[in-house]
Amino acid sequence: MSWFKRMASPKVKGDEKASVPTGVWKRCDGCGAVSVAELVKQALETCPQCGYHFRIGGRDRLRTFLDPDSIYEVGARLEPLDPLEFKDQKRYLDRVRAAQKSAEEPEAFILATGRLKGRPIVAGTFEFRFMGGSMGSVVGEKVTMAFELGLEQKAPVVLFSASGGARMQEGILSLMQMAKTSAAISRFRESGHPFVSVLTDPTTGGVAASFALLGDIIVAEPGALVGFAGPRVIEQTIRQTLPAGFQRSEFLLDHGVIDMIVGRRDLRDRIALLFDHLS
Amino acid sequence: MSRELEFERPVLELERQIEELRRLAAGRDQLAATVADEGRLKKKKKADGTSMMQLESQILRLEEQALTLKGQIFSRLSRWQIVQVARHPQRPYTLDYLQSAFADFVELHGDRNFGDDPAIVCGLAKLKGESVMVIGHQKGRTTAENLRRNFGMPRPEGYRKALRAMRVAERFGLPIVTLIDTPGAYPGIGAEERGQAQAIAECLEGMAALKVPVVSVVIGEGGSGGALAIGVANRVLMLEFSIYSVISPEGCASILFKDASHAERAADALKLTAPDLTALGVVDQVIKEPLGGAHRDHPLAARRLQEALHTELSELVKMKPTELVDDRYRRFRALGAVTEGAVRELDPPEAQKGGSTKRRPASGKTKGART
Ligand SMILES: [Zn+2]
Repeated sequence: MSWFKRMASPKVKGDEKASVPTGVWKRCDGCGAVSVAELVKQALETCPQCGYHFRIGGRDRLRTFLDPDSIYEVGARLEPLDPLEFKDQKRYLDRVRAAQKSAEEPEAFILATGRLKGRPIVAGTFEFRFMGGSMGSVVGEKVTMAFELGLEQKAPVVLFSASGGARMQEGILSLMQMAKTSAAISRFRESGHPFVSVLTDPTTGGVAASFALLGDIIVAEPGALVGFAGPRVIEQTIRQTLPAGFQRSEFLLDHGVIDMIVGRRDLRDRIALLFDHLS
Repeated sequence: MSRELEFERPVLELERQIEELRRLAAGRDQLAATVADEGRLKKKKKADGTSMMQLESQILRLEEQALTLKGQIFSRLSRWQIVQVARHPQRPYTLDYLQSAFADFVELHGDRNFGDDPAIVCGLAKLKGESVMVIGHQKGRTTAENLRRNFGMPRPEGYRKALRAMRVAERFGLPIVTLIDTPGAYPGIGAEERGQAQAIAECLEGMAALKVPVVSVVIGEGGSGGALAIGVANRVLMLEFSIYSVISPEGCASILFKDASHAERAADALKLTAPDLTALGVVDQVIKEPLGGAHRDHPLAARRLQEALHTELSELVKMKPTELVDDRYRRFRALGAVTEGAVRELDPPEAQKGGSTKRRPASGKTKGART
């Protein structure tokens, strides 16, 4: 079978006070209900009780979004270098190795071609567990490739964002990925095919301030935190507590930043319909 | 001098001494003149003459010393010291250059949507007689001015105004010059409500598509996305003691070193100086600053900026509109450092056994490190 069958084992944090056995049960961060982990997984990592959206792994995301057995990964072997020879408390490449092990991914972005209800598309997603989905050269390269592939294959592009922003350890080169990916979109616009950007929790910093908010159509999952600055930075700057729901999907919809909020289980249908209209 | 940097002090001390001696000399001159007028004591006059010569040679000697010292200090500034110079409150800002390196400035205001952001200045100006659109971050020098300019931290209106001005330039075939000098885009409630991230993103995409030449110069602080938003240019230049970084050294230190006081180490790790960024391919040309930094000699800094801009633009105006867009795309497309690793151990075994492997190599466009 395809390599894509591999699934991330559902990870429940060892929460002492909750005493929920890891793996079998999952406690909802939204309503507090404890559900059978397998049921949560079947519901695409949403709470069967209240619909709360847990974070979902990148591979599970693509596997559940695209048509079964239609997926070809692109750029799977791309890995970061260490152009700055960056070292904080750890060396950058040591952090990368550790992240590769814990996230079971070579980098923070997975790019693939596949089909959505029969229509060939280019799809990509962040893997948030890999260094907080931070964007360095590899992520920027793969996002750029997504638009180049879309242009070349005359196919729509869907990207799922989940990122804290630019990756500090690649310094200025991380920053430059914002320009690179945005420039790639500018070219892709000539293809006549749409780019649908799906914002998931969280999408902030340099990812929000570049390709993620450049979708022809911008969709957000319910309750996702999306913004330029993180809430803590804003609180420190203005020295006040932020209102409830600030920077959440519903707030963004109210302020005209996004087109719609779509629950994870409806994403396939809604985006397929969008492509039907636009492509 | 309103603010002295620690490492500038020995030079400033010498310069104070020189100034004192000069005052003394001037005083003696006057005295000598008065004495001569009254036609008194020829002998005293002669004695004064001797000590005047001594004074002058002493001044000369001190001046030479100051020059050598400045040269020594500024040729081996640490990255953290360069950060201090880049943020110096006497450093020339966008409006200073508009008065000195450009002529006939006409400011344009407003994003036609919500407001006018004084943290970004836009307008038409002449560079050596040719009209250009100038867009730059603007910090303030006084508290009042800084409150008005928001310390050079733009809100979405600023970026939308900038993009609007760029499109005006494009419509009339004018080259665009952007001057980068910001701690970063403003992180506030209103800014978020009005789509700060989206405003920056639009600038990035918009600049990539401009059919006129664009030259950007980092003149002080290039703070993250808020700086890059007006920096997608055909040529990116940097003043010698300016900085350009994905995050401030303080911000990086508090996250990665768990303590903002490690900003000095973070500055080293981030590689944010002009020579660093030239080596990484992010910067095309470094503009030499006057000895001791641009804040010590505004007119000379302005002349050098003017020369550098003129040289770059003279080349770029020869390119066709589509060539300019392609040139900009190639420039940024090449930035990044990636490698094609071997098939990884963490690849699922099924994939490696072949047969139904649905993997294909990355497209040929993948680049290695540019460095
Ligand atoms: Zn729930």
